[in-house]
Amino acid sequence: MPEKILMMALSPTMDTGTLARWRKKEGDTVAVGDVLCEVETDKATMDYESTSEGTLLKIVVPAGGQAKVGDTIAILGKPGEDFSALLADARPAAAKAPAASATGAARAPTPVPAGASTAPMAHAHVPASGRVRSSPLARRIAAQKGIDLRSLQGSGPEGRIVKRDLDAAPVRAVSGVMAARQAGQAPAVPSYTPGPGDEVVPLSSMRRIIARRLSESMFSAPHYYLTVAVAMDELLATRTRLNAGREKKASINAFLLAIAGRALLRHPKVNSTWNGDSIIRHTTADIGLAVALPDGLITPVVRDCGRKGILAIDGDLAGLVERARAGKLLPAEYEGNTFTISTLGSAGIDEFTAVINPPGSAILAVGAIRKEPVVGDNDTIAIRQRMRVTLSCDHRVIDGAVGAAFLRELADMLENPMLALA
Amino acid sequence: MAGYDYDVVILGGGPGGYVAGIRAGQLGLKAAVIERDKVGGVCVNEGCIPSKALIHQAELFRSIPSLKEIGLSVDTKGFDYKAVFDKSRKASDALMKGVQFLLKKNKAVTIPAEGTLSGRNEITLKDGKKITGKNIVIATGSRPRVIPGFEFDEERVLSSTGAIMLTKLPKKAIILGAGAIGVEFAHIFNAFGVEVHLVEMLDRILPIEDAEAVKVLARAFQKRGVQMYTGTKAVSVQKTAGGVSVVLEDKGGARKAVDADQILVVVGRTPNTDGIGLEKVGITTEKGFIPVGDFNQTKVSGIYAIGDVVNTPLLAHVAFKEAEIAIEHMAGKSPEPRIDPLSIPSATYCEPQVASFGLPEWKAVEQKLSFAKASFPYRGAGKSVALEQTEGFVKVIYEPKTKEILGVHIVGADATEIMHEMLLGRTAELLPEDIALMIHAHPTLSEAVGEAMRAVEGWAIHV
Repeated sequence: MPEKILMMALSPTMDTGTLARWRKKEGDTVAVGDVLCEVETDKATMDYESTSEGTLLKIVVPAGGQAKVGDTIAILGKPGEDFSALLADARPAAAKAPAASATGAARAPTPVPAGASTAPMAHAHVPASGRVRSSPLARRIAAQKGIDLRSLQGSGPEGRIVKRDLDAAPVRAVSGVMAARQAGQAPAVPSYTPGPGDEVVPLSSMRRIIARRLSESMFSAPHYYLTVAVAMDELLATRTRLNAGREKKASINAFLLAIAGRALLRHPKVNSTWNGDSIIRHTTADIGLAVALPDGLITPVVRDCGRKGILAIDGDLAGLVERARAGKLLPAEYEGNTFTISTLGSAGIDEFTAVINPPGSAILAVGAIRKEPVVGDNDTIAIRQRMRVTLSCDHRVIDGAVGAAFLRELADMLENPMLALA
Repeated sequence: MAGYDYDVVILGGGPGGYVAGIRAGQLGLKAAVIERDKVGGVCVNEGCIPSKALIHQAELFRSIPSLKEIGLSVDTKGFDYKAVFDKSRKASDALMKGVQFLLKKNKAVTIPAEGTLSGRNEITLKDGKKITGKNIVIATGSRPRVIPGFEFDEERVLSSTGAIMLTKLPKKAIILGAGAIGVEFAHIFNAFGVEVHLVEMLDRILPIEDAEAVKVLARAFQKRGVQMYTGTKAVSVQKTAGGVSVVLEDKGGARKAVDADQILVVVGRTPNTDGIGLEKVGITTEKGFIPVGDFNQTKVSGIYAIGDVVNTPLLAHVAFKEAEIAIEHMAGKSPEPRIDPLSIPSATYCEPQVASFGLPEWKAVEQKLSFAKASFPYRGAGKSVALEQTEGFVKVIYEPKTKEILGVHIVGADATEIMHEMLLGRTAELLPEDIALMIHAHPTLSEAVGEAMRAVEGWAIHV
C-alpha cells in the first residue's frame, strides 16, 4: 500500500518547513534512514530521514515549496501502485496527523524499527534544557501561533503556563504581531508602503525567529550592562605556549569559553534561567557562541564549559561552527544555553552591548584586543594588550553586585589564567 | 479578628456552608456555621443523597426480570416502599452526622439557629443574640420553585422534598418538569411500577443536555413505558376525590386532561435570598440571586456569597468549589477567582445515566463556534456487552485547530463515574491525544472514553 510521507517537526519551534532540496527523485528506491530531502526549518537546514522503505512515487511539495508540519510532502509505495486516493485526501489527512511539534518535544527519542509505518509519528526531539512547565494545550497553541513559551510567565499550578497565559501573550510580546499575521489579521505594528525603488525582502524563517526571540528578550528582561577592560597579555602568552608545536591551534574563543565556564560555576546565580515564578540554577555551564551567518546568526552551544579543558572545547567549537555555517546544526546543538558569548572583536569593534539570549540570563560582549597605554601600579605607563568585555544581565535574575562579582572574577581569570585553576 | 467573635460566620450549613466551615478550620480561621435545620442541607437531607439511595433500590428492583432469566423466581408480594424510604433516610442520617463530625473535627462551631444579616459584620439570631465575624459567607441555598396555581400541599401537589419523603408510592404520577430532578423521579417511580407522565415545556427532556445524548435516554424511557409530553405545559391542576386532574396544553394549543394520584412539580429552584437581611447591608439581588465578583465577593467588602444564592449552576459541587474559593481568598491564599463554566460537571442518575460538562452541540451551534465532534459507542467497549448495557456513547466536542476539549457528553451505564477522566483532561488542559495514548484497562467502560479521544485523532480501534 502506498503511504504518505508527512512533514515532521524537525525542531521544537518549527511549524512550517521549506523543502530546500530533494535528495531522492521520483522512482528512486528509498530505504529506512535514507535522506529523502533537506528541510529548512526556522533555525537550520536539516536532513529528513525516511522512516519507511519503498519507491518514491510522487513528490508532492517540490523543492522551494513550503509545508506545514503534518502536510503530505511525498508518497512512497511499490512501483506502479495507484496513489491517486492518497493524493486526493492529502490535505484532510494531513490535518489529522499528530502535531509532533507540540507534544513530541517532551518525548524521548525512540528508535523507529525498520519497516514501521510513519504514523503516528512521534519523532525524536531533544528538549531544550530548562524545560518550561506548560500544559499540552498551551504548547500546541504556542506552536501554532509561534509564541516562545520561555518568554511567558505561567499562572497555572506551580507556575505552569496555561492557555490564558497565551491569550494574554499577543498583547505583551512581539510574538503577538506574528500571531496576528498568521491569523490573517492586520499586524499591530505600523506597516510601511515601500517607495519607488525600495526592495521588499520577505522574512526568512531565521529572521523571524531572531526578531521574535530577541524582541521578547529585550522587552521582557530588564537589561543592564557592566564593562571592564582586561589585560590579555598573559592569556595570549599562555595560548602561544599551549599552541607551540600544535598543528591545530586552540582559538581565543576556546579560552574565553573555558574561563567563562569556570567563572559561571563559581557564580551559580549568573548561570541561571528566569522561569516565571522561580529561577532555575544550572549545574553545568552550557555556553552559546554567537556565529554570524549570511542571513542572521545562530548560537551553537558548547556543553559543560566549566569542566572541559580548552582543547576539548576548541574541538567542540570547531565542529559546531562548521555545521552552523553550513546550516546543519541540530536543535540539540543550539538550544539550552545557560550563558552566551558574542564577539565582534574581529569586526574591529572595541566594545558593544548585546541582547541576552534566553534561556541564559546574561551575555558577554567581547571587543577587539588592542595595544593600549595603561597606567600601572606605580604610575608608570605600559603598553598592554587590552580587551573590553561588557556583560548584559537580566536584572530579574542577577542583581548588580552579583553581576559585578562575576565579571570581576572573570576579568581576573582572563588577566591571569592561572586563577582558573585555583 | 480584633473585636469579632469569629474570623468568618457562615450563614447556612448546606454543601456550601459546611465546606466553608471545614475549609476555614483547616486554614486556621475561627469559623461558625449557622444552620436552622440540619447540616448538610438539601443535598444530604432531602436531595442528592437520599435520592441516590432510592435510585439504587430502584435499580435492584428493576433487575428482578434478569434474575428470572437465570432461573430464579422472585416473590415481589412483600415489597414495601416504606423500607426503601427507610434506607434513604439511613443514608441521609449517616451523612448528616458525618458532616457534623467533620465540622467539629475542624473546629468549626455549629450554631443551630436561624439568623439574618444585621450589619456588614453581624448576624442576629432569632433569639436576638448577635454573632459577629470579620467575614461573612452567605450560603442560604434554595428551595423548590413554586408556580402560581400549583402551590405545594405535599399531599397531592408535591415538591421534590415531598417526593423524597414519600413513604408510599402513588399508582399514577404526573411529573411537571423534565430537568435532572424530574427525570430522576421518573426513573425511580417507573422502576417501582408507577405509571409516570413526564411533562416538559421545552422540546425535549433534559433540555440543557446534549440533544443526541438525551435521545438515547428518551428511547430507553419510552421502552419502559414512561409517557413523555415535550413542548407541553401544564395549565391547571384540580384536586379530585382520588387525586389530581391536570390540564396539559401542547404547542398547538390543544388541551388534554390527565388524572393521577399525585403531581410532582419540579420546575427549578428559588434562591433563599429573601428575609435574610440583605437590605441591611445594601445588597440587592438580581432575579433573586446575589451578584458576586471574583472570589465570590459581594459588593460589600468582607461579605461573600456561595452556592445556590449565586447565579451559577445550582449544584452541590459548585457550592463546594465556591466555598473553597471564598474561604481561601479571605485566608489570603490565591485560588482561581472563579469557576470555568465549561468545567462544571453535571450528572443525572437515571438509566442510562447522562453525564456531561462544557458545551453541548446545540449550544456550540447556537453560539456559532467553530467546533468539531467525535464519538464512540458503548457497544465498542467489550465490558458493556458483558454487562448487557450496550446503549450509549461518549461524545466530545472540541476546537478543531487546537483540539481543546470544549464539551463532553456521555449517556450510558456509569456515565457519571467515567466522565472525570475527560474533565481532568479539560481542567489540566490535556489534549485528546494525551488521553487517547493512555492505556485504558480492559475490559472497562472507560475504554469508551479512551476510544472517543482516539476518534478525535482518527485512531479509534473498536468501531
